[in-house]
Amino acid sequence: MTFIYPVDSNKAHPLPLSPEYKSSIKRAPNKPLIPMRHTLSELTGPVYGHETVREGDSDLTTQHTGEPIGERIIVHGHVRDEDGRGVPNSLVEIWQANSCGRYVHVRDQHPAPLDPNFTGAGRTVSDAAGYYRFVTIKPGAYPWGNHHNAWRPAHIHLSVFGHSFVTRLVTQMYFPNDPLFPFDPIFNSVPDEKARARMVSSFDLENTQPEWALCYRFDIVLRGKNATPMENH
Amino acid sequence: MQDSLKPNGITPSQTVGPFFKYGLTPNGEYAWNDAFTNSTLTPDVTGDRVRIEGRVFDGDGVAVPDVMLEIWQADAQGRFADPQDKRALPNASFRGFARCGTDKDGHYSFDTIKPGAVPDPDGKPQAPHIVLAVFGRGMLRHLYTRIYFSDEAGNAADPVLAVVPADRRATLIATREAGKAVYRLDLRLQGDDETVFFDV
Ligand SMILES: [Fe+3]
Repeated sequence: MTFIYPVDSNKAHPLPLSPEYKSSIKRAPNKPLIPMRHTLSELTGPVYGHETVREGDSDLTTQHTGEPIGERIIVHGHVRDEDGRGVPNSLVEIWQANSCGRYVHVRDQHPAPLDPNFTGAGRTVSDAAGYYRFVTIKPGAYPWGNHHNAWRPAHIHLSVFGHSFVTRLVTQMYFPNDPLFPFDPIFNSVPDEKARARMVSSFDLENTQPEWALCYRFDIVLRGKNATPMENH
Repeated sequence: MQDSLKPNGITPSQTVGPFFKYGLTPNGEYAWNDAFTNSTLTPDVTGDRVRIEGRVFDGDGVAVPDVMLEIWQADAQGRFADPQDKRALPNASFRGFARCGTDKDGHYSFDTIKPGAVPDPDGKPQAPHIVLAVFGRGMLRHLYTRIYFSDEAGNAADPVLAVVPADRRATLIATREAGKAVYRLDLRLQGDDETVFFDV
């Protein structure tokens, strides 16, 4: 416990207040976050492995009696830390809209059809090398009330645990070359262009399965420990 | 192979959005099962069982119905269910993690045990506390805070409370209800009595 996760890594994240994203205006703290030294409470984290995941939980196309409508896709990649080490045994949870851009959530009012064969939730655990894989349906773009003609670029929501409570990450995976990127305040809340690019998956022809499904690669990078003694923090 | 390349930084955070419930906290309302509940209690858990409850408010004082809270804590002996904590764990199935979505009136609750003292980086005991992460629509990154307990004398010497301005410490301290094993702590995301959030 003599190493810390550098807080500088957090500069990749959006600032709490991003006024273009209207919901942040009343929900972002006004006062600065208070720095503190990491203790065991921050450096440890929950460990949830395969016992938390049921057979088939990583395939969102086989959870109902029929097949969902839409473009079947494979989403896979590695969970790594920022030093490039694979993060094994990390729970990865996803949730998303269906191919029409409609969430099964009761408060989604978008007038697009629900799909009785698609819930849109999945989970898996990264393997010994940090690798994870889902089979799902490509989600549609959907409108939201943030501003006139506001549409979210197609995305899959992801939640990843990592190996400490401070590596916890909730993010969204986008698809390459989406024309909605320039107009989306959530995507653009990340100030650095290179950091924004890390939220965009890449088309993966090598792992696309002939006659079956396109593949997208999405590597997830969590905070890593460096060799800075805690006393220097 | 791109795996061998060192990444140029971490994956940025994005909001959990308004529609996480069916995936992360379905609680019987959707065709999906919960990986977690709002309880850390296991049959073998030792220590004082407590309930922590409260409400979450935005900058206008309006209850927030779509926030997700996660807690992480030590057991009653101050030990974490994590292989990084090398000290033996007597409660073999205790995990110390729980998740709760707020209801339509912004209410949350956790059933857990009061954690023991955990050392700070210098080896000095911290007052019993639970680490809390707050996720929500409108929150581009989750926020970190802590829950302390009003009936703990150790709060006065706690090294983390000590870095918080004295007039804001109360936002971190759950108040014990008279005669009950229930502690109450409301969270305010913004405003004059805004909850203290930490830069970790
Ligand atoms: Fe979404």
